[in-house]
Amino acid sequence: MTANQPTIVQSLANPTRFMALSARILPWLAAMAAVVIGVGLYQALVVSPADYQQGQTVRIMYVHVPAAWLAMAAYLTIAASSFGLLVFRHPLADVSARAAAPIGAAFTLLALLTGSLWGKPMWGTYWVWDARLTSMLLLFFLYLGLIVLRSSIEDEAAAAKLTAILALVGVSLLPVIKFSVEWWYTLHQPSTKLTSTLDASFRIPLLINALGFTLLFACLHIKAMRNEVMRRRVKGLQRAAVREVVA
Amino acid sequence: MVWPLRALLLRDLKLAARDGAALGTALGFDLVVVSLLPLGLGPDVALLARIAPGVLWIALLLSALLSVARLFEADHQDGSLAVLRSAPVPLEIVVAVKIVAHWVTAAVPLVLATPLLGLLLNLDANAYGPLMAAMLLGSPAVSAIGAIGAALTLSTRKSGLLVALLVLPLYVPTLVFGVSAVDAGMLIEGGGMAPLLILGALSLVGLILAPIAAAAALRAHELA
Repeated sequence: MTANQPTIVQSLANPTRFMALSARILPWLAAMAAVVIGVGLYQALVVSPADYQQGQTVRIMYVHVPAAWLAMAAYLTIAASSFGLLVFRHPLADVSARAAAPIGAAFTLLALLTGSLWGKPMWGTYWVWDARLTSMLLLFFLYLGLIVLRSSIEDEAAAAKLTAILALVGVSLLPVIKFSVEWWYTLHQPSTKLTSTLDASFRIPLLINALGFTLLFACLHIKAMRNEVMRRRVKGLQRAAVREVVA
Repeated sequence: MVWPLRALLLRDLKLAARDGAALGTALGFDLVVVSLLPLGLGPDVALLARIAPGVLWIALLLSALLSVARLFEADHQDGSLAVLRSAPVPLEIVVAVKIVAHWVTAAVPLVLATPLLGLLLNLDANAYGPLMAAMLLGSPAVSAIGAIGAALTLSTRKSGLLVALLVLPLYVPTLVFGVSAVDAGMLIEGGGMAPLLILGALSLVGLILAPIAAAAALRAHELA
């Protein structure tokens, strides 16, 4: 690629091109997500065996782990988009950050809820103040902060920048928060080592579901971005119409 | 470059000194939070002694948040923030000076009031030293992180609650290491420095990075 040729990310700076490309990709992505999640859930709920200790509740893991993974992936998406907005002023960066926030918050909530449903039979309580639960809860608060901060600033350009700054502050503090909470207390089992400790009969459905959820996230994210682009167009048209009436 | 900063620091210190009500409110709030807890938890002296370091830290965070949330508000309303933006020093340094001024005028008095509040909670005698050291080392981070929240929410509606939602989760490392510094200081003879060192690191890094983030936020508001 020569230096003058725009990269894919650069060429998407044109919203029309983004809309055209995403319209073509989205149906395929959605179909793939549906198929992979369908297969994954079949594997997880029917094919895979019950755990000898955890019994049927092990199946919660097939939703819980992908949701937790996407909760973090969505925040990284927001942080990368925020960086793109503040440093490169990419026109779609803010659209992406804004679209990812509610989806990420939803996955975080899903991870927390499924975790607590699993915790009741396993640990005997819906909630324990354990390091991982607590850092997920704090991640959820960060998502809420992003959403509320944006909604409370009327000027959209200022809201975009301020939310991006908060996202970057959050992403730089997240490792510290995680470290501090781990120092504080740990009960949760260590991170699932997908290669070694997990038997293949659990690992394969989990990997399929992780892939399916990731496709679902990509789908929802692109769809939300399209909605946001359209919302901005409508707003622009409305403003133009008002100007015409006033003039 | 030093003279304008000195002038700014003295101005902020003077403003705080002449507005005695602000400090009194923060100290009063601190006292009320600490005295409500025994009323909610029951007067069990052993229990209170056990949770005292955490309670005192949380009270400190909440009352410091009250004042830091309004760090830029007066300057924004009377236009001096616009003047400061065109000052001969970068806005980042201006913000850093304001953070230091807030720490001196609002956070340090709260730390100094802590021994008195410790009596109310039957704080272990051996815990006073580590707790005060932890609070002195950790409170600059409280002012610094709070300044980011104050800058982000400067021109928002309902900013008070919003600052709390944004900033309190970010206070978690300070709180965790602040409380564990007390435990470590009491349990390990002459040791247990690790949490204190981490608190100091949080404060130092906060004092460098928070002005950058807060200044960027202040500049973003000017778009409006």
